[in-house]
Amino acid sequence: MALKPVSPTDEFVKGLWRDNPVFIQVLGMCPALAVSNTAINALAMGAATTFVLVMAGLSVSLLRKFIPKEARIVSYICIIATFVTCVDYIIMALSIELHRALGAFIALIVVNCLILGRSEAFASKNKPGRAMLDGLGMGVGFTFALLFIGIVREVLGSGTLFGVSMFPDGFQTWTIMVLPSGGFLAMAGWLLIVNWLRQKEDDAARRAAEAES
Amino acid sequence: MTQAPVEQKKTTAWQMYRAIVGIGAFCAILIVGVYMATAPQIKINQERFLASAVSEVLPAAVLTQAVALDDDGQLVVVEENADLPAFLGYDAEGNLVGAVMTSEAMGYQDIVRVLYAYTFENQAITGMKVLETKETPGLGDKVEKEPHFLANFEALDARPAADGSGLANEIVTVKQGEKTEPWQLDGITGATITSVAIGHILNISAQVWVPVLEREARAIPAPQPPAPLEPTEEE
Repeated sequence: MALKPVSPTDEFVKGLWRDNPVFIQVLGMCPALAVSNTAINALAMGAATTFVLVMAGLSVSLLRKFIPKEARIVSYICIIATFVTCVDYIIMALSIELHRALGAFIALIVVNCLILGRSEAFASKNKPGRAMLDGLGMGVGFTFALLFIGIVREVLGSGTLFGVSMFPDGFQTWTIMVLPSGGFLAMAGWLLIVNWLRQKEDDAARRAAEAES
Repeated sequence: MTQAPVEQKKTTAWQMYRAIVGIGAFCAILIVGVYMATAPQIKINQERFLASAVSEVLPAAVLTQAVALDDDGQLVVVEENADLPAFLGYDAEGNLVGAVMTSEAMGYQDIVRVLYAYTFENQAITGMKVLETKETPGLGDKVEKEPHFLANFEALDARPAADGSGLANEIVTVKQGEKTEPWQLDGITGATITSVAIGHILNISAQVWVPVLEREARAIPAPQPPAPLEPTEEE
């Protein structure tokens, strides 16, 4: 049976839900847990990672015939590190305050296994257009996941959302939510919801297949 | 029947060199290009951030003059500040109102860098801002937010010793609620190490700077305010 061709839209959409890098593939956990203590940090880290994913995907795809397989890891890491350095300069030029908030985690995008994983598994085997769409989809999916975790942590841990107070003065914030352990708690909560939704989807698909047969 | 082994294409040394050196050159050009393009804006942002931090800790200062300590420990005016900038602050009439210094030391996770203001009128530290910290969010970063800790800097006693060798009283951080002297910092429960580090940072820096400032700062002439723009002839 011939495989159904994958449309460019599918390349983009798969990263948002079906192959979401955080909730499904559980990749890039270090920044996902460390920088999601506020929604704005999560958004900024997601945007920076998306930029690196798209640019690294494009570069690796363009150079895929030029890079011998023995030198691929060193080449990919070099390309990824270059775009991370660029994004570091760009964030500093945009806002010193944002750069202060993200701290060492911008540099650590280099070792985000999501980016190396997509370069190795997808960009090195596909044309530049598809590689960019895949990177964009994964990046947007990563950003949404970070934002969901960040919203829960900021609202409960600081009583604010994007810096705007959400509760009356007497509200006792849950300090644990802005600590690294709060990242694990928020992540576990979202994984529970996502897995429950996926199970419901699978059950519905199975029932539909049984009804057809 | 046995299958013939699939012959794999061998990668030559030239192909390896070509790929690694080529990608290295591409990356180098890209990094230098982005650095050159963003460096002017980064410098402007850093200067703006420092200027806003200075006016935050010493709001009475309208004009500032960058200063440093030379090798002999004398106060000298400098064109551009080094790693740990320091400024003299003047009001609109050119009267010396205070000085702003930067200092740093190890906190809980990494170096904590702070900017603080010393005012001559009451011989006290009257403002403090954390410039750089990687302390634990929710704990160590309380030194930037906790109102009772920030209240320490309304007037933290930093009088120089009579013999000019340092401070009359060492600045120390005490446990939360146990402050009894004006040179003590009321610490933070839950951010003990960082609040102690802030006290240590202020003490080591003020021990050096305050006697020199009291001795020499008034002899330095006030900077000239920037001249108003002259109308052009075309108008």
